[in-house]
Amino acid sequence: MELTSNGLKDFFKEVAGMVETEKDYLCELDRKLGDGDHGVTMSIGWQAIHDKLTNELVDTEDCGKISVTIGKTFLNAVGSSVGPLYATGFMRGAKIAKNKTVLNEKDLAAYWVAFANGVKERGQAEVGDKTMVDTLAPFAETLKTCFDDTQDFETAFSTAVNAAEAGMNSTKDMISKKGRSSRLADRSIGVQDPGATSAYFILSTFLKVIKSNSSKTA
Amino acid sequence: MKKLVNNPVNVVDEMVEGYVRAHPDYIKQLSSNNRALVTVRETKQNKVGILIGGGSGHEPGFMGYVGEGMADGVAVGNIFSSPSPDPILEVTKSINKESGVVYLYGNYAGDVMNFGMAAEMADLEEDIEVGMAIATDDVASAPKEEKEKRRGIAGELFIYKAAGAAADFGCNLEEVVRIARKANDHTWSMGVGTSPCYHPQTGKPSFEIGDDEMEIGLGHHGEPGLEKGPLETADKLADRLLNDILIDSGITKGDEVAVLVNGLGSTPKMDLYIVYRRVEQILSEQGIKIYCSYVGDYITSLEMGGCSVTLMKLDDELTKVMDHPVNCPMFVQK
Repeated sequence: MELTSNGLKDFFKEVAGMVETEKDYLCELDRKLGDGDHGVTMSIGWQAIHDKLTNELVDTEDCGKISVTIGKTFLNAVGSSVGPLYATGFMRGAKIAKNKTVLNEKDLAAYWVAFANGVKERGQAEVGDKTMVDTLAPFAETLKTCFDDTQDFETAFSTAVNAAEAGMNSTKDMISKKGRSSRLADRSIGVQDPGATSAYFILSTFLKVIKSNSSKTA
Repeated sequence: MKKLVNNPVNVVDEMVEGYVRAHPDYIKQLSSNNRALVTVRETKQNKVGILIGGGSGHEPGFMGYVGEGMADGVAVGNIFSSPSPDPILEVTKSINKESGVVYLYGNYAGDVMNFGMAAEMADLEEDIEVGMAIATDDVASAPKEEKEKRRGIAGELFIYKAAGAAADFGCNLEEVVRIARKANDHTWSMGVGTSPCYHPQTGKPSFEIGDDEMEIGLGHHGEPGLEKGPLETADKLADRLLNDILIDSGITKGDEVAVLVNGLGSTPKMDLYIVYRRVEQILSEQGIKIYCSYVGDYITSLEMGGCSVTLMKLDDELTKVMDHPVNCPMFVQK
């Protein structure tokens, strides 16, 4: 499979739509751990991205430029802690996609591994801290191993999204160790981390996009 | 919750616009970024620039403290969210008078990342030297041995005051940073929450609390504190807050302090002065001298109920910065 610059842009638009649908749910999760605005924060960022996609980026074909702009737009609209985290992820991905109008399977695998590692590095969180890294780290590990074995991106990504889901679910039983919710100590147990949840939603949206993409080309 | 807003999505931008238009002789928006605000007053060449910032919802923090004797510029974030590096960088460029800029902000993961990124960009892209002092005054948020993990709450006001004065005195960047950090090291706060705030964009309360309950050690975004318990009288509450601060700080007989009783947004001045009355009683009983005192809504959390008590232990240098006059729209000291 391949993903064209338009396919990449479609994915980002899909995420913007998904965030609007899940906004209230994400706020509800965050209300138990933080100040209850994770859905609003994501919505502010992805609405700004949607704006860029339908204006400035309409004719942009360089996947690297698209990804950099997505990262910067999210950061500027949001700030907060998710701003720098996602911005770093998309900018690391942009390095892989630089000067490419089409991403092949190898590029896509490298893009997502770079994305996940970038987020982890910026936030300095580890697996078990109850953050989006609990979704992204097992995802990146599985994607890399599975793609190295099979050289089939769709299969590898699909397996990796399952690992991401398991990672997201595992945050329910964890004690929060990063950010404002870390002050909750034991009281954070039992609640799924909102950041881990929205990260999983983004990955599963990408899976949906590549699946519909491959059914179109098949 | 009833709010006087238009479209909830626009609350921050509309507030900033209103503020700038209400105080045009003090502050202006930079054309490069509508969340980047700077003083319109003449600042001396070579004066170290003071940049403050953080999320919205803490008004009059933080834009209310741009003015003479305090900050030269402010970067405004979304509600309870750090500003992004862009407005921070724009303010930095605007207020740099060849002597560098000092960033003052509270110890929250988002702020640390965004201000850190902006500082790197200022250095790499603009060749502007940046210093930082991070507020960690909240006694309730981490043990004494881990002061660097504590969050910053109302005590930030004293850090702005110290840094603003030091910059006015003509101190260089390194000295301003030293004095700001010293002010932080000498400042201890502790708060109590009695009712939640309502996020304008979700319409939901920030935390659950019963009518007959209060939460000791609550953070100013509604982060849980040390314990939830039955609502106490003002005196008992002041006893508890002050006792924890005195134990942690080691402030004792013969010391001199600045006191701040800060309202979180919906607590009347009446209640705040009743709390202050008790704070003054205890300090005077213990032989601790109050050099100056501030009572009011200085760093709030929308309409959250409750207050915090802050003490800064003074020495000659910190007394001098506290004496320095301030002229801001929201804070005047002659």
